[in-house]
Amino acid sequence: MKARVTVYPRREILDPQGKAIRDALNRVGFPGVEDVRAGKSFEISLGASDPEAAGRELRAMCEKLLANTVVEDYSVELLGGDGIQP
Amino acid sequence: MKCGVVVFPGSNCDHDVYHVLKHVLDQEVSFLWHQDDTLKGCELIVLPGGFAYGDYLRAGALAALSPVMGAVKRHVEAGGLVLGVCNGFQVLLEAGLLPGAMRRNENLRFQCLDVHLLAERTDLPFTRGLKPGQVLRLPIAHAEGNYEDSPASLDALEANGQVVFRYCEPDGRVTPESNPNGAARNIAGVCNAKGNVLGLMPHPERASEQILGNTDGLAIFASAVQAGSRMAGARR
Repeated sequence: MKARVTVYPRREILDPQGKAIRDALNRVGFPGVEDVRAGKSFEISLGASDPEAAGRELRAMCEKLLANTVVEDYSVELLGGDGIQP
Repeated sequence: MKCGVVVFPGSNCDHDVYHVLKHVLDQEVSFLWHQDDTLKGCELIVLPGGFAYGDYLRAGALAALSPVMGAVKRHVEAGGLVLGVCNGFQVLLEAGLLPGAMRRNENLRFQCLDVHLLAERTDLPFTRGLKPGQVLRLPIAHAEGNYEDSPASLDALEANGQVVFRYCEPDGRVTPESNPNGAARNIAGVCNAKGNVLGLMPHPERASEQILGNTDGLAIFASAVQAGSRMAGARR
């Protein structure tokens, strides 16, 4: 089973990288870009077969290591298979 | 007093800290490897600056889960002294031994310069050698020193007196201009509620000898060594 974990700066927190990227996009001909959040994406292969258990495990991974929840939010998505979104 | 300097793969201020403790302050010092699960009887533990685990994922995130940090946590629970400098501060935040988190500097640049710091707590084991309201000049060298926490947590931090150092002007005024990285409320260093763990972004070990032109940092190590000796004396 494969999953994608996305980690990004929390909305209420200024994201210096995202702001710099937005400014650059505005400069190179995309003036409509209003906001950019720069985050990280992880593709994780799991031995698990139960989507619910996999979702729980992936969220635990985010809490323990993949995200720093003081300043970051995360989302977990199972890829392929039955497409259940935990 | 027995001091331990933790070495992670990527630490690069470990020898500077060792030098100050051993040769300037004449203490017994050991290096502690990140894979160690004991602190070899050390009473003062320093997590030095550098780029532990290459700053992979987030600065300090992987180092916070290394075996030695389990021993550091037990040391903290027992009231032992722990000082984190720069990357060591980031490791303490990621390990949950200090509150808050670091983000990239607001201007996205690696900031390498001398800053001024207002000492707001001079009653801690690490700061007893400082005078209330004293201003220190210390070097910083970091890309992720932009301290952040939720407004409620920052309020609690201030109410508990856990803000130990703030970036300030040479005369001690805390201004937006004196903030080199965008840190919330100019925070440069914080302690835990018990006051036995201190983290700060500036490098006192780079300003602890006359030959370096600045000894403002020495009081932090000297205070910790003195406090540790008193604690050891009390135990005996």
